[in-house]
Amino acid sequence: MISHTPEDEAMLTGWPEWFLAEQAAAFAESTETPTPTRKDEAWRFASLAPLDLSRFGKAGSISNEGRLITASVGLERFAAKMVFGNNSLLLHDTGSLPPGVIFQPLECAAREHEALFRTYFMAQPVELGSHKYAALHKANLATGAFLYVPANTHISLPIEIFHWVEGANASMFPHTLIVCGENSHVTVVDSFRSADGAPALACGVNDLHLAPGARLTYVAVQDWSRDTVAFHINSTIVGAGAQATALSINFGGGFVRGESLSRLVGEGGRSEMFSINPVEGTREVDQRTLQDHVAPNASSDLLYLNALDDRSRTIFAGLIKVQPGAKGTDAYQKVRNLILSDDADPNSMPGLEILNDEVRCTHGATNGPVSEDELFYLQARGISRDVGRRLIVNGFFNALLERLESEPLRNHLIALVASKATASALHPSSRAEG
Amino acid sequence: METLTKSDFNIDRSTGDFRYDVDYAFDAGTGLTEKTIDFICDVKKDPDWVRAFRKEALRKFESMPMPTHWASHDLENIVFDNIRYYLSQGTEPKRSWDDVPEDVKRTFERLGIPEQERKFLAGVEAQFDSEAAYSNIKAAVGEQGVIFVGSAEGLREHPEIFRKWFGKVIPTGDNKFSALNSAVFSGGSFIYVPPGVKVKHPLQAYFRINAENFGQFERTLIIVDEGAELTYMEGCTAPKFETATLHSAVVELVALKGAKIQYITVQNWSANVFNLVTKRGLAHEEAEVKWIDCNIGSRLTMKYPGVVMKGRKARGEVISIALAGDGQHQDTGAKMVHAADDTTSNIVSKSISVGSGRSTYRGLVQIGRHLKGCKNNTECDALLINTQSRTDTYPAITVRGKENACQHEASVSKISAEQIFYMQQRGISKGAAMSLAVNGFVNDLVQQFPMEYSVELKRLIDMEMEGSVG
Repeated sequence: MISHTPEDEAMLTGWPEWFLAEQAAAFAESTETPTPTRKDEAWRFASLAPLDLSRFGKAGSISNEGRLITASVGLERFAAKMVFGNNSLLLHDTGSLPPGVIFQPLECAAREHEALFRTYFMAQPVELGSHKYAALHKANLATGAFLYVPANTHISLPIEIFHWVEGANASMFPHTLIVCGENSHVTVVDSFRSADGAPALACGVNDLHLAPGARLTYVAVQDWSRDTVAFHINSTIVGAGAQATALSINFGGGFVRGESLSRLVGEGGRSEMFSINPVEGTREVDQRTLQDHVAPNASSDLLYLNALDDRSRTIFAGLIKVQPGAKGTDAYQKVRNLILSDDADPNSMPGLEILNDEVRCTHGATNGPVSEDELFYLQARGISRDVGRRLIVNGFFNALLERLESEPLRNHLIALVASKATASALHPSSRAEG
Repeated sequence: METLTKSDFNIDRSTGDFRYDVDYAFDAGTGLTEKTIDFICDVKKDPDWVRAFRKEALRKFESMPMPTHWASHDLENIVFDNIRYYLSQGTEPKRSWDDVPEDVKRTFERLGIPEQERKFLAGVEAQFDSEAAYSNIKAAVGEQGVIFVGSAEGLREHPEIFRKWFGKVIPTGDNKFSALNSAVFSGGSFIYVPPGVKVKHPLQAYFRINAENFGQFERTLIIVDEGAELTYMEGCTAPKFETATLHSAVVELVALKGAKIQYITVQNWSANVFNLVTKRGLAHEEAEVKWIDCNIGSRLTMKYPGVVMKGRKARGEVISIALAGDGQHQDTGAKMVHAADDTTSNIVSKSISVGSGRSTYRGLVQIGRHLKGCKNNTECDALLINTQSRTDTYPAITVRGKENACQHEASVSKISAEQIFYMQQRGISKGAAMSLAVNGFVNDLVQQFPMEYSVELKRLIDMEMEGSVG
């Protein structure tokens, strides 16, 4: 499918030689690794037809870079910004970053900060089923964002990164690598967008590393076209006393496979894993998560919210793993499915593997419709069923967004979810009873 | 409340851990081929359709892979060629206690079957190795038209009922072990309860394994006709052997319109037994199937009792207690398939892992599309006793349709140090305090077992807790 060779990339992006060799190996791995089948437990319930990627090819160049740069608007105030389109860098604005912060394209980081890059770049083995697609990503990687925040550095405004894809059946390989030094603070918003609504392949990796005491808030707002096949592979490594909050919002994509691994390697670390998924039409959002407690007294909290309309599908397969040494673990995992249509198909597999007795672990999964009582209450106050439903779905998601600490970020996302999620998840055409 | 000290519950642990030499009159040898199947068919005088059914099942068994892509790799330690698939002293069940051979009787006496009989249990169907060695139904039950016989007799004497449902709830190819059972099954019970008959006393069967390297493959089929009710109890103990044994049963329940079936199991095989069991009930309109399942013994148990609710307002329930001691893996759970409107199901599972024991909950809940008013509730709680104990939970929930609801909750905890300290302060030894705490953890479920079983269960938990306190 992807016909270009790593050698082509050298001309375009200037990866160092050693990385090109790794890409060649990754290319071989991606072709040699078989496509997942029904027998793979990591792909249970997943639709396998979208995994035929043969129709996708190399992305061309962006037709109007200026238009995409202008459209790359998120929060009102931000510390720095990068914009990527079809695997190349369109804008690099380092704005008002404090000294010592490295915010540059990945291939530059590989050359200029080789030791850092080698330590953190795709350092975690892919454990949740998509190793074929991680290899595919690595083999085709052209550029991406690298952020290093030195120890004790606080960046108060968020850093924004935009990834655009354009052209029918184009392939996009977005990558974001964030390394937070000891006691540093930073917020990053990654946006994934389609320039033209054409079908595309997106195969992205984002890795977050938190040294002891660091605090990172990472938000991924995915809004690919409805015909996009998307893989998003994430790993978060949390050091002692550090706190990671990762939120992924999936507005788009026809078939979205998300894998999130959170590994608590330092005592007292905390990882929050949130996701908001309004799905409609025939879209499928397949999410696999792992909360891996290696160190003692760490906590993790996962909350995934799905609102399913029409014939949409969701798959949630989560696992809390408590390793033998992880005493004092406090882990929580919850998936909630709000069912808006008889044809929606939510699948939940919330799992636990506990190898230490001094733990507190709970998980839960709920499925339910919009409450008739709530709709009636709203109707009694002159709010139509349709608007009432919209309000309830909105409230369902907002409960999670309220947990974000930064007020501007919270307000921005609440507005975004209100405009996109409830509008699309509840298009009136699907409401038979009006 | 019991305030036992450790020495007070020093029960004779060798009970159920003994064996007598038995002269096996019919022995199919080790290994499994078409010849083994022919041997079994010849000895049992199976009709031709059964012979064909078994051979088809053998082909399925051979073609299906071990399910180790999700199940324990311990399954790979089963050497199918070393297993005896059939042996029996005679295929006719004995009707009265006097007919039962003396040495066999000794085995049963240690298990307390005659005592159970005295406790007004309606009928006893005790399986000794492959065949029912003792079978008796109280006259009262027989007069009501209840059929309670061995599965071999059932398929010979009552083919019109037997054939209609046999293999319909659990198809041969459901999984590798149901295929194995379908190929070599012998023993087990066949029960038919006529419409409207409410069997007052629980029917009961005891299973034992008593031959080295011998797999036991009983096949039970229970049909409860419209508006009828039945409680069936099954308890297992097995002597210890030097090499692993395999127990792979298939139990099919059919509850017709408005019928109620309660199936109670206390499983306490010795710690070298692979216990790989397929159990499923089919609940028609307004019928209720309830599995009460307690797993204490075996090396590896894989058992997920299921209910397919195919009629409106049908109800399924699984109450499960698992206790995994050193070296044991209790991989248990439940399957609830909602296939009609207004069906409800409930799963409550509690597990305790002691020492290096591992308990796993695996669940499946399915509510089909275009159904309304379906509800499932699942609760699983796990208790870990020692630092090396392990527990896993792997539920899979697919609930379609916006007028259905489902909730799943699970928690993992350990016994609180404060509780133990509190009891120790009042003069209760640490061991007894731990036993009390564990019994308290499962108490609400144990209450659901019949009296004799709940007493026995408490005792078994006490025994398992012995020596687990460092």
